[in-house]
Amino acid sequence: MTRVAVLKGGRSLERQVSLASGARVEDALERLGNEVVGIDVGGDFLSRLRGAAPELAFIALHGPGGEDGTVQELLEVLEIPYTGSGVSACARCSDKVLAKHALRAAGLPTPDWVAFSETAFRELGAGEALEEIEQRLEFPLVVKPVAQGSALGIKFARAPADVPAALLAAFSYDRKVLLERYVDGRELAVSILGDPAGGAQALPIVEAIPRGQDFYDFAARYDIGRTTFACPAALDPPVAARAQEVALAAYELLGCFGFARIDMMLATSGEPQILEINPIPGLTETSLLPQAADAAGIDFDELVARIVALAQVRSLQAS
Amino acid sequence: MTSSDDERRPAGRSAAHELERYEALFATRTGRMRSSVLREMMAITERPEVISLAGGLPDTSLFEPRLFGSLMGGLPAAQALQYGPTDGLQAVKECIVELMAAEDMSVAADELIVTTGGQQAIDLVCKALIDPGDVVIAEGPTYPGAVPAFCSYEAELVQIEMDADGMQIDVLEQTLDDLAAAGRRPKFIYTIPTFQNPAGVSMSLPRRRRLIDLARERELLVLEDNPYSMLRFEGESLPTLRSLEVPGGSRDGGDFVIYAGTMSKILSPGIRVGWVVAPRPVLAKLNLGKQSADLCSSPLTHHFVVAYFAGTDWRDYIEVVRDCYRLRRDAMLDALASYLPAEASWTHPHGGLFVWVTLPEFIDTTDLLARALRENVAFVPGEAAFDDGRGHNSMRLNFSSSTESQIREGVKRIGKIIGEQVALYGSLTGQPRAAVPRTAPVEEGSMADVVSLPRRPPSAGRRRSRGA
Repeated sequence: MTRVAVLKGGRSLERQVSLASGARVEDALERLGNEVVGIDVGGDFLSRLRGAAPELAFIALHGPGGEDGTVQELLEVLEIPYTGSGVSACARCSDKVLAKHALRAAGLPTPDWVAFSETAFRELGAGEALEEIEQRLEFPLVVKPVAQGSALGIKFARAPADVPAALLAAFSYDRKVLLERYVDGRELAVSILGDPAGGAQALPIVEAIPRGQDFYDFAARYDIGRTTFACPAALDPPVAARAQEVALAAYELLGCFGFARIDMMLATSGEPQILEINPIPGLTETSLLPQAADAAGIDFDELVARIVALAQVRSLQAS
Repeated sequence: MTSSDDERRPAGRSAAHELERYEALFATRTGRMRSSVLREMMAITERPEVISLAGGLPDTSLFEPRLFGSLMGGLPAAQALQYGPTDGLQAVKECIVELMAAEDMSVAADELIVTTGGQQAIDLVCKALIDPGDVVIAEGPTYPGAVPAFCSYEAELVQIEMDADGMQIDVLEQTLDDLAAAGRRPKFIYTIPTFQNPAGVSMSLPRRRRLIDLARERELLVLEDNPYSMLRFEGESLPTLRSLEVPGGSRDGGDFVIYAGTMSKILSPGIRVGWVVAPRPVLAKLNLGKQSADLCSSPLTHHFVVAYFAGTDWRDYIEVVRDCYRLRRDAMLDALASYLPAEASWTHPHGGLFVWVTLPEFIDTTDLLARALRENVAFVPGEAAFDDGRGHNSMRLNFSSSTESQIREGVKRIGKIIGEQVALYGSLTGQPRAAVPRTAPVEEGSMADVVSLPRRPPSAGRRRSRGA
C-alpha cells in the first residue's frame, strides 16, 4: 500500500476537467489498494501536501500551473516522487512555440507558424507585418494562445478581417499567441505510455470525429455524445504506423516520461502534422488516452497502476 | 480502499465501453444540454479572491439573523417536517395573494401553484406546453437560466431584439407573421417586462398594452416572469402584464398571461418559494407536472414564509434591500462612467439587479472573461443570454451581491482590460485608438443612445459554432 496524493483542480481554466480526472484516478488508486488523499490545489497547497506526507504524488492537473512544470518543480524541491513528465519536458510541451521549434529542428512535421507576444504588437508595431504573415500561412489560418489547452481561445480566421479579433481573443488567455497554418484533414490523438521495463509504446490511435461542427471544440471534448471517437482509427497500416512513429519521436524528443498524448492532424496528403504534445492529458470518462489504453487491452486501473509504477521506478533510479 | 467501494464499482470496467454504453442510453434532448467554456469559467468565479459581478445573488446578509432564528425556532415541527400539498400550503398562497395585490393584481388562491423557485415555474410551463421543435419566443438577450430550460425541452428559441423600452413589439409582430407564413406559431412568449434580466431595461407601458392586445388577437400565451418589480429605485411603477389583462378588482381570471413570481429577490432565494398563476386548464397541467417533478415544494420553508408574513411587515425588508441595491447601482453606474472606455455603452436600470454592457464588436466577452479572471474579477458573458450566437460582445454585471467598494474595484479592473484590448486592437489593425475613458457620466435623458442591444444578423444560423 502506497500513500498517494492526487493533485487536482487548481486555478486553471481546466479546473473542472482536472477535478473529473482526479476523481477517476482516486477511485482507481483505491481499488488498487493504495491510501489516497485528494488535494484540490490552491493557496494552501504546500501545507496540505506536507500534512498528507505522501510517498507519491499523482498529478491530475491540466493547463497552466499543473502541466507546465510549476507543480513538478515544487515536488522536486520537496523530494516527493510524482507521476508523468519532469519539469523540463512539461515546460517545453506546454509552450507550444518551444515545442514546435524543437519539432522543426528535429525534422518532425508541424504546421508552419508565426508566434508573437503582446509586446510585439503593442511596442514594435508587429500589426504591420500581418499581411506578410497571412501571405505565408494562407487562409484559413488558426490563431491560438501559446500556453492553453482544451481548445480554449482557439479561433479560425477565414479572411484578413477576422485576424485582429482572433488575435485579441487569443491574447485573453496568454501573453503570447501563435498563428498557424491550417491543416485540412482528420484529427488524430496518439497516446504514448511508458513501460516500467524501459522505453515507451504508442497506443492505438484515436480519431476525433466532431458531430456537425467544424472544429473539435471545448464542449465537444468533454461532453459524452458530442463527438464520435474511433479507436483504433480506421487508417491504412502504413499511415497509422507513420503517425505513431512521429508521435513517439516527439515524445522522446521533448523528454516526456510516463505518458503523454500527441495531437495531430492527418493532412489529406496522408502526412501527419503535430499540433501539440500534452504531458498530462485528460483522464476523464471521455478522454482519449484512457480510450487508447483500453483499445490496447489496458483498462483504467491498469493504466493508473502503470503510471504509478513508472514514477516509482524513476524515483528509485534517481536515489 | 473500502470494501463498499469495491462493491459499488466493479474493477476493470473500461472507459470506452462505459462511454458507449451510456451514450446509447441518453435521451435525444440531452444533446441540447451542453457543457461549455462558459460553465467551466463560471466555476472559477466562485473562488473567494474573485470579485464576482457575475452571479445574480441577492444580498442575504441584509436579513436580520435574530429574526431568522426566532422564525425558524417557532415553526410547527411536525408539519414543517412533513410532506405538503403539491400546489403549496394554503397559508403561503394567501401570502402570495397579498403580495400580488400590492402590485394591483387580483388573484384567488386557487388560481396559483407554489413552485420551487421561479425557475420551476419556467420548467413546468415548458413541460406542459413544449413538444420538440416547438417555437418559444423570448427577448434577446434573455434570462440565461431560461435558455437551458427551453433547450432541455428541445424548443426552438426565437429571440426578439430589445431597446431601452424593452422587447420591440413591431419586431415581434413581424416575427409572428414570418412564423405564421411558415405555418408555425409559438407555444408562448417568455418575457421579463420589468428590470429585465440581463438587460436591466423595462418594457414601456404602450408596449405592454400592445403585447396584451397581440396576445388576445392571436390567442398567444405570454409567460410573464416578474422577479424584480418590487426593487424599483427610481421612476414610476409600471403595471404588470397580468394586471393589464386582469385589472385589479376583476373577478375574471386571465386568458393569456401566465404569471411567474418569486420570493427570491424580496425575501430569500434559499427558501425556493416561487409561484405561477395561470388560466385554470393550464394550471391543472402544471400541477400534474409538478407532482412528477417533486411532489411538493418544501413545507419547511413554506411555514417559514407564513411565520414571516404573520410576524413582520414584509414591506420593511424590501425597503432595506432596495435602499442598499440603489446605492450599489449608483456605485456601478459611476464606476462604469469613470473606468470604461468611450467605445463601451451600457443600460441604466431603474431597478432590479443588473446592468448590460455592450462593447465593440471585435471583443468576445467569453474570451475576455478568461482575461478578467486573471485579474480576479468576473461577469457573465453575453452569449449566455442568447441561444443563437448573438451577445458575444456584451456582458451582464450584477450590483446586488457586492459592496460598493468591490463594485468600484471590479469595474475598474474590467475597464482596464477593455481599454487594453481596445488599444491592442488598434495596433493590430494599424488604427491606433487611445483608450480614453469617457469624461462625463451619461445623462439619463440620453438613455436611448447608450442602450445598444444586439440585433440578429440577417444570415445568422441558429447556432454559431464557437471558435468559428
